[in-house]
Amino acid sequence: MTEHLPALQVAIGLTAAPVVMMLGRSGRLAWALTTLTCWATFAVALALFFEVSDGSVITYQMGGWAPPWGIEYVIDAANAWVLVIIGMISAVVMPFARRSVEREISASRIAMFYCAFLLANAGLIGITVTADAFNIFVFFEISALASYALIAMGRDRRALISSFQYLIMGTVGTTFLLIGIGFLYIMTGTLNLGDLAARLPEVADTRTIRAAFGFIAVGISLKLALFPLHLWLPNAYTYAPSMVTVFLSATATKVAIYVLLRFVYSVFGFQFSFVDLSMGWVLMPLALLGILVPSLVAVFQTNVKRLLAYSSVAQVGYMILGISFASTLGLMASVMHLFNHAITKAALFMAIGCLVYRLGGISLTHLAGAGQRMPWTMAAFVTAGLSLIGVPLTAGFVTKWHLIQAALEGGYWPIALLLLGTSLLAALYIWKVVEVAYFQTPDDEHAQVKEAPLSMLIPTWVLAGSTVVFGIYGNFTVNSARAAATALMGGAP
Amino acid sequence: MEWLGLYNYWVVVALMMIGFYIVIAQDNLIKKLVGLNIFQTSVFVFFISLAYLEGGTAPIALEGVTQYSNPLPHVLILTAIVVGVALTAMGLALVVRVQEAYGTIEEDEIHQQDDLH
Repeated sequence: MTEHLPALQVAIGLTAAPVVMMLGRSGRLAWALTTLTCWATFAVALALFFEVSDGSVITYQMGGWAPPWGIEYVIDAANAWVLVIIGMISAVVMPFARRSVEREISASRIAMFYCAFLLANAGLIGITVTADAFNIFVFFEISALASYALIAMGRDRRALISSFQYLIMGTVGTTFLLIGIGFLYIMTGTLNLGDLAARLPEVADTRTIRAAFGFIAVGISLKLALFPLHLWLPNAYTYAPSMVTVFLSATATKVAIYVLLRFVYSVFGFQFSFVDLSMGWVLMPLALLGILVPSLVAVFQTNVKRLLAYSSVAQVGYMILGISFASTLGLMASVMHLFNHAITKAALFMAIGCLVYRLGGISLTHLAGAGQRMPWTMAAFVTAGLSLIGVPLTAGFVTKWHLIQAALEGGYWPIALLLLGTSLLAALYIWKVVEVAYFQTPDDEHAQVKEAPLSMLIPTWVLAGSTVVFGIYGNFTVNSARAAATALMGGAP
Repeated sequence: MEWLGLYNYWVVVALMMIGFYIVIAQDNLIKKLVGLNIFQTSVFVFFISLAYLEGGTAPIALEGVTQYSNPLPHVLILTAIVVGVALTAMGLALVVRVQEAYGTIEEDEIHQQDDLH
C-alpha cells in the first residue's frame, strides 16, 4: 500500500472529481466528499513528507514501466515540501469554503465548482510529483483549465474577462514550456528529468539547449507571475470567488516556482544556469522591480482584494530574489518563503472572505468600522498582515531574516537595505486597511454587521495562528527548507 | 542551401509569429482564440517535424524495414491536441458568457464599460 502513495496523491483527487460532479443535486454532499478527499490527500502528503525527511528519495514507476520509457514519479525533500503546502492549504480551506461558496456560487453549480476545484488541486499535485517533462506540461494544463473555470465563477462580470486574460497568458506560458521541452527532446531523446540531467552536460554548449532554457524560463515565469509577466494575476485574484483566491494565491504560483527551481537547479544544473548563462543577473533586476513596483501600486488600491493581489506579485519577487543570489542560503530563503507566504496570504484572503461574507463587498468604504463589528476577523487580518510585513515573531520575519542574510553573504548590501524599505511599503498598505477598519465609524448600512460564522473563522485563525507559531518555532521551516534546498542543489530528482 | 531543407521549421516559425501576433494585436476575443490556436498548431508541427527521419516509415515491425520515424513525439502531440481542444472549448465558453454579460466581445468596448485596472 505505502509504495503506491506517490500515485495515490494524484489519483485520489482525479477519481473523486467526477463523483463529486455526479452529486450535482446536493451541494452539501459534494462539499463533504471534497473535504474528505482533500484531507486524505493531505494525509498522504504528510506520510510522504516524513518518509523522505531522512534525505531518502522515493521513486514510483507509473504502470510498472521502467523509466525512461515509462512515466516516473519521484519524491524528494523538495517536492514533498511543496506537497505539504498544497495539501495543508486545501485541507484548511475546505471547512472555510462551505459557507463562503454557498453564498457566492449559485446552488445548481456548487457540485461543478467543487469538481473543478479537485481537478485544479490534483493538477497542481501532479506537477509537483512527476519527474517527466511532458507530464509537467499536461498537469499544468489540467490545473490551469480548472482554474479558469473557477475564476470565471466569480459574481462580478469582470471575473469572466479576467479569466479570459488568464487563459490567454497562461496558455502562451505553457506553450512556451512545451516548445522548450521539444528542444530538450531533440538534443537528448528523453523526457525523464533525471535522464535529462544526466545527458544535458554533453550537449549543453549548443544554441538549441540555450533556446530551450530560454523558452522554459519565460514560459514558467508567465505562470508564476514574475514581474513584468504578472498582468493576469491582479484581475484573476480580485474577481475570483473568495475561496478560489485563497487556494490559488497560496498554491498556484508556488508550484510554478517549484517547477522553475527544478528545471534551473536539477535539470539544467547550477553551472549551466547561473555560471554559463548568468541567470542570477537576469532574475535579480526583475525581482527587485517586481518587489518595488507592485508594492507601490498596492499602496494606492481601494479594493482590498486587489491590494493583496499586487502584494502577491511583490512576494513572488522576494522568492525570485532569493533564487537570483545563486547561493544555498538564498535558495533556502526562497523555498522557505513558499511555505511562509502560503500560510500568510491564505490567512489574509480568508479574512477577506469572512469580510465579504458579512459586508457584501471589499472596497475600503465597506470596511469602515469592521474592527469593532468583526473583531476576530480583523484580528486575524492584522496578525497575518504583520507576517506579510515581516515583523519579528511571525513567519514572514523568518524568511526576511534569511533573505537579508543571503543578500549580505553575497555582498549585495544595497539590496538588504532595499528589503527593509519594501517592508515599510507593506506596512503602509496593511496600515491603510487597519486604519479604515479600526478608526472609522461604519455607515448605517453596515452598522448591524455581526462576526463571521465560526466555520469560516476557525480555519482563518488556524492559518493566522500558524504564522505566529512558525514565526516563533522557525526551526521546522528552516530545517525543511534546508533539506529541500540540498535536494534541489544535489542534482537530478 | 541547407536552410531550405529545414523548411518545416521555417513554417513553424512563421506560424508561431502569426499566431502570437494575432493574440497580441487583435481586440476581438474570438480572433484572439484563433491566434492562440495557430500558435499552438505551430508547436504541433514542430514536434511532428522533429520526429521525422528521412526514409523512415511508421513504427510498425515490417520485414526489410530498418528505419522508423520516432513515434513518441506523435503521441505527445495527440495529448497536446486534446489539451488544445479543451482550451479552445473553455475559451469559447467564456466568450459566450462575456457576450451575455457585456453585449460585445471587443476588448476595447469591454474596457469602456468596466474598469479593469
